Amino acid sequence: MSRIGTIARRTFLIGSAAIAGGVAFGTWRYLKPYANPLAADNAGAITPYVLIDATGVTIVTPRAEMGQGIQSTLAALVAEELDLPWDQVRVMHGPPAKAYYNAAMFEEAVPFSPTDQSRMANSLRAAMHIPAKFLAVQLTGGSTSIPDGYEKMRAAGAVARAALINAAAARLGVAAASLSTEGGAVVAPDGSRIAYTDLAVDAARADLPDAPPLKPRSEWKLLGRPLPRVDVLAKSTGTARFAGDVRLPGMRFATVRMNPHLGAPMNGFDASTAETMPGVERIIPLPGGVAVVAQTTWHAIQAAEAIRFDWAPAAYPPTSAQMRDQIAASFTKERLDATPRDDGDVTAVTGELWQAEYHVPHLAHATMEPMQAAAILKDGKLTLWVGTQAPGLAQQFAAAAAGLETADVEVHTTVMGGGFGRRAEVDASVYAAQVARAMEGTPVLVTWSREEDMSHDMFRPMATGRVTASLSGGRINSFDLATCSPSIMETLSERANLPLAGPDSTISQGAWEQPYGFAHYRVAAYRAPKTVPLGFWRSVGASVNGFFHDCAVDELAHLAGADPLEFRLSQMTHDPSRKVLEAVAEMSSWGTPRPGKALGVAFCLSFGVPTAEVIEVEQGTDGIRLTGAWAAVDVGVALDPANIEAQVTGAMVFGLSAAIRGQITFADGQVQEQNFYDYEPLRLYQCPDIQVRVLESGGPIRGIGEPGTPPAAPALANALFALTGTRVRELPLAKTFTFA
Amino acid sequence: MAISFSVNGSPASLDLPPDTPLLWALRDGLNLTGTKFGCGVAACGACTVHVDGVAVRSCQTALGDVAGAEVTTIEGLGAPAALHAVQAAWVDHQVAQCGYCQSGQIMQAAALLAENPAPSLAQIDEAMSGNLCRCGTYPRIRAAVQDAARRLREV
Repeated sequence: MSRIGTIARRTFLIGSAAIAGGVAFGTWRYLKPYANPLAADNAGAITPYVLIDATGVTIVTPRAEMGQGIQSTLAALVAEELDLPWDQVRVMHGPPAKAYYNAAMFEEAVPFSPTDQSRMANSLRAAMHIPAKFLAVQLTGGSTSIPDGYEKMRAAGAVARAALINAAAARLGVAAASLSTEGGAVVAPDGSRIAYTDLAVDAARADLPDAPPLKPRSEWKLLGRPLPRVDVLAKSTGTARFAGDVRLPGMRFATVRMNPHLGAPMNGFDASTAETMPGVERIIPLPGGVAVVAQTTWHAIQAAEAIRFDWAPAAYPPTSAQMRDQIAASFTKERLDATPRDDGDVTAVTGELWQAEYHVPHLAHATMEPMQAAAILKDGKLTLWVGTQAPGLAQQFAAAAAGLETADVEVHTTVMGGGFGRRAEVDASVYAAQVARAMEGTPVLVTWSREEDMSHDMFRPMATGRVTASLSGGRINSFDLATCSPSIMETLSERANLPLAGPDSTISQGAWEQPYGFAHYRVAAYRAPKTVPLGFWRSVGASVNGFFHDCAVDELAHLAGADPLEFRLSQMTHDPSRKVLEAVAEMSSWGTPRPGKALGVAFCLSFGVPTAEVIEVEQGTDGIRLTGAWAAVDVGVALDPANIEAQVTGAMVFGLSAAIRGQITFADGQVQEQNFYDYEPLRLYQCPDIQVRVLESGGPIRGIGEPGTPPAAPALANALFALTGTRVRELPLAKTFTFA
Repeated sequence: MAISFSVNGSPASLDLPPDTPLLWALRDGLNLTGTKFGCGVAACGACTVHVDGVAVRSCQTALGDVAGAEVTTIEGLGAPAALHAVQAAWVDHQVAQCGYCQSGQIMQAAALLAENPAPSLAQIDEAMSGNLCRCGTYPRIRAAVQDAARRLREV
């Protein structure tokens, strides 16, 4: 698995760097940086993103690879400045370490729209780096990896390059200015070359410059163009190692069965049948459930099914209908969480008001790889292999579960079979630690069944949106959206023991920051009482509000008798947002008659990325088919256009899967959907051809893992209205329409 | 009693109950972890392998039923240094995102092309629709299967 543990011990002690022949580079933006996690002591000069030893150059990517291609793009940022050829690049995940905190994670928590680039807005965003650093949030999520890494990864490459040049200059007795770099080597004036790998020992002793200048974009060789992903070969040959692929001598295979009444305890269980089943080795009671350890994962899963449980009931309302009623009763002054936008005065608007109410259900992440983690507890140390978006939290919670200090837990972050926010949670790590503790000395792999995974998620919340609006002169005069759901942050704060106070900005995310200039424009967020555990689901609140907000705008366009795309364009106040709409109009030949088919458009600005999508539908004999899809995004600066295209495509498919069939429902306090037969994502034959255009306004660089998701559902709902005349305000759409 | 069969051209023998699914015999018995567990009910295709050249869902194939058979997994289809045409197309089209479903996708596509060297788009859609991908790589899968078909025909 990861070489990081052995490297840290063997190579990167500052005192022993010269002996072992390695060096690590990074840069610091603060006077007192966090300790370099690659050094076993707290030596400050050597830093954590570039490792060079005799075998090559390895780039440490502090964000986790869950499919979004982030390791490749973060590595390219370093390699660009280091003049390292792409085929020489090796990457690995960083260990949990405060140095890898995500500075961008809290940037958009400021009360300014992402389109607001004023001095005030940007200085407050910069100030948010300080709490991010303080909390040392090493988290992959929120489409923040690129905004966070854009400068610091390039700076790490530039610092490493400068140190290598200084080392070569000293060795050759020439001025550093006379040297250049190319192809992973320092090139002397006479054309002779010294490979970086030969300079590592000297470079470890060289003074590191603070902030060498970065290349102008015109000199980029790797950035700004499609690069082959560093993981694609392994992922095409079955050789990529996910957490479940860890194999250690004597390993035992386990599964867990936890109370389906989420969060409630287990009163008791009867494992008398399970204990006698073939291959079963141990049954371990855990808080809230049991683990079964067996010869194979299948034997463990079979035995877990044979256990009879006495589950305590959950504290929340037992049915989805009751949860929805609870939301309906929460549009009250007492439950007003925040009013992040209040332009003009919506309460003063007179005349005819248009009203509509929208609903979305709970959703599961349903990553292709079910939750799983491998662990061994031995000699007072726990080693954990887990695909995690939050290795620091995983380490902390696994330590508590194993009865150890955090420092006694070593986390190896593996590649992930999908994350979508699910792997920011620590439950898989905690169960693996608990089982490892009970099986001390024996390596264990704890794999959840698909049914366990589906029914024990931290779900995308159910939500309701109410819109009251008015038209004037064919335009929206007032737009008042009240959006209500239970709070993700409230449930997260409880289970992760994070001090998160104040309003939950995710409730209104994807609504309040939309770049429209309606004269009277209010977005109010209402917080419904807590029910089931909630989590970050690709695009988070924007997956909810993108549907509410854009469908309402579409309805108002039809009410005004206007072309829906022109209607949006004419009321937008943000030029890059107008450009993405114009782009999808052109790409989809919007306005061209297409007999038997219809188009729907949607727009949502989320994570700072204006995103417009158009979907084409037709009525077939066996149901409605999606026959085309177009998306345009503006990411400010496009580092890898092909990967951005893949992310937008994937995010759109993710959104369509949810829009068409996705819903998690509760009855008797338990999730009813169990597997892919009743929570069925889009399949290949249902997936339209998808064309993506990537625009660059030159504004702040943005991440692209999530923004493609929010417009998918409204674009489809709007297309279905255009095709059938039936307006559906509730997801999933398959409750109303028959799809092929 | 041990059950013997062939995996990727080598003999294998496992002392597991005959109703153990082939998926878990491969993964936990033989440490061949390229074949993935996704659903356990043949709903996702992540566990697709070839038994005597036919694509099967290994989570629904009993170990006892492959006694004496030739099993091919992703590890046996091709290697990083000697890619099968389907794998080469997958690399060229940069299909994988998280990659978890791709072993199954590739095994399914390889079986399709072995049976039908020139599938139509509709035939590709039909053959590949039992394999789920949550990352949404479907458009690139379609392109890669067509490309692999061309490569195989040109060999």
